Amino acid sequence: MTAEPRFRRLARFVSPADRGFAAIVVAGSTLFALLILGLFAELALGSWPSIKAFGPAFIWKSEWDPIASKFGALPMIYGTVVTSLIAIVLAAFIGIMAATFLAEFAPRWLSTPLSFLIELLAAVPSVVYGLWGLFVLAPFVRTTIGPALQHILGWLPLFSGPIYGVGMLTGGIILALMIVPTVTAISRDVIAAIPGDLREASASLGTTKWETATRVVLPAAKVGIFGACVLALGRALGETIAVTMVIGNRPAISASLFAPGYTLASVIANEFTEATTSIYISSLIELGLILFFVSMIVNGLARLMIWSVRGSERTAV
Amino acid sequence: MASFAGARDRASSTRYKRLGRRRVYGHLGTALALGCATVAAAALLAILGYVVYQGIGAINWAFLTQLPHPVGVSGGGVGNGILGSLIIIGTATLMAIPIGLLTGIYLALFGRGAIAETLRFFSDVLSGVPSIAIGLFAYTVLVAPLKHFSAFSASFAFMMLMLPLLVRTSEQAIRSVPQSVREGALALGMSNARATLRIVLPTAMPAIVTALLLAIARVTGETAPLLFTAFGSQFWETNPSNPMAELSLQVFTYAISPYPSWQAQAWGGALLLIVAVFALSAGARFMLSRAMRGLEA
Repeated sequence: MTAEPRFRRLARFVSPADRGFAAIVVAGSTLFALLILGLFAELALGSWPSIKAFGPAFIWKSEWDPIASKFGALPMIYGTVVTSLIAIVLAAFIGIMAATFLAEFAPRWLSTPLSFLIELLAAVPSVVYGLWGLFVLAPFVRTTIGPALQHILGWLPLFSGPIYGVGMLTGGIILALMIVPTVTAISRDVIAAIPGDLREASASLGTTKWETATRVVLPAAKVGIFGACVLALGRALGETIAVTMVIGNRPAISASLFAPGYTLASVIANEFTEATTSIYISSLIELGLILFFVSMIVNGLARLMIWSVRGSERTAV
Repeated sequence: MASFAGARDRASSTRYKRLGRRRVYGHLGTALALGCATVAAAALLAILGYVVYQGIGAINWAFLTQLPHPVGVSGGGVGNGILGSLIIIGTATLMAIPIGLLTGIYLALFGRGAIAETLRFFSDVLSGVPSIAIGLFAYTVLVAPLKHFSAFSASFAFMMLMLPLLVRTSEQAIRSVPQSVREGALALGMSNARATLRIVLPTAMPAIVTALLLAIARVTGETAPLLFTAFGSQFWETNPSNPMAELSLQVFTYAISPYPSWQAQAWGGALLLIVAVFALSAGARFMLSRAMRGLEA
């Protein structure tokens, strides 16, 4: 980069036209910076009444009663964590396996169309996932997946109780579908960036291709793959519409994955326009603030991990 | 000696047996990996296939051009939603382009100090902020103070969603224009401003347009921030300071309604959304291939 002299100081822009241009450029980026600051400030300001009224207990109180003006975020935090965990477990397994196949085993004529199809999954609008989840996946969970899981694992509290179709499990599966492309695409890039020497050295020791992939390449790529999973987790945490349509929308903590629940994002989507009192609105904004912080931390971590492998060149992931 | 040969034979035969087993594991593993890739691709085909199957029947001229009919009255369409989407997304794009481009230019030309690094970091953070949180921001800034929902507040939220991608890509695109191109322009006596606007920016344009198309595709499929910004409307609304219908919001409302006729229309709307988003993504891919060719040339 040092070989490429850039305009290090605005002072290089000396003529009046240049100065004017530089001023406009700086004004535009200042506006951008103000917008980001404003986002944080407004969320903090909007949740202030709720923060003042409930304090930190907001996070661990489980009562959500708009009529009595009592608000606690625990059921939504629980629902968000549970659905995102289901999603990341499913998506990590499928996505890493698919990425390994695409990068290590598939011939070109197969890997190109398969990658294309998997990446198109990322372009499908959230509301379309929700629609499909509501009318296809939820009935399928009620009639097939749910009873099968209950038959085998029904002794676990996780799979007990009535199966409605809509619930945390269905929400988790929909989320998994939505984040599989993220895991697959980034993991595939990270795996492809592992030097060929490692594979050759491993093959020269007489390993099979599968052993090379699972014991040499994947361990070498693990930080980047982990980063891909964390990034995908960040998307799952904040996903709103699709989850709102299939999770059942009930502010309760249930052991069973078949039970309806709520996530931070879906309670905002579902109740915000109906919220009448100012403390109710403020509590919902505080949920948004929590979501903002959590996704900021998760995304920051993910980016650090992906950069550390793929080099610090920052592609828009 | 004989015992040594025997031991060697035994060792090599177990080794071969083990190799056989390892090969079997290898094949099973590869099959599992293939299976996972197929599952993911099949999920897409299942969703697409079902949306086309359910949606194609709902789409006709009236569906595209008419207002929604009340429950129980058959027919009607999402014409106002399509118009609303065009207005809301168009306004968002018009606002996002200048801010995104100027910030990209700033980062590419002057972006070296701590201020620029901070700006980059927060731009990346913004790209990970859930859209519903950005919707809340638009609500607190533009809806709550004015005490009514508006299409403009939706455009504002969409603009925020488009910015990170625009900023990041325009910075990279401008940086990737060879320094010799700029120097050539300066040598011909152009001012820095002119060289940037007339020479560097046009060279970087295909990559920037790619990002713009992807950003538009992203917000076309976005629904969450609209719930409490655009809010929806039953009429042909064109005034951006009023609540306005929007296609993806209509799909959401119809999908969770208890009426089968509305649900049928939700599938039609979903198909329209998918066609729009895929067309934008295909356009982006096309522009990207042009951008790559431009860089090679």
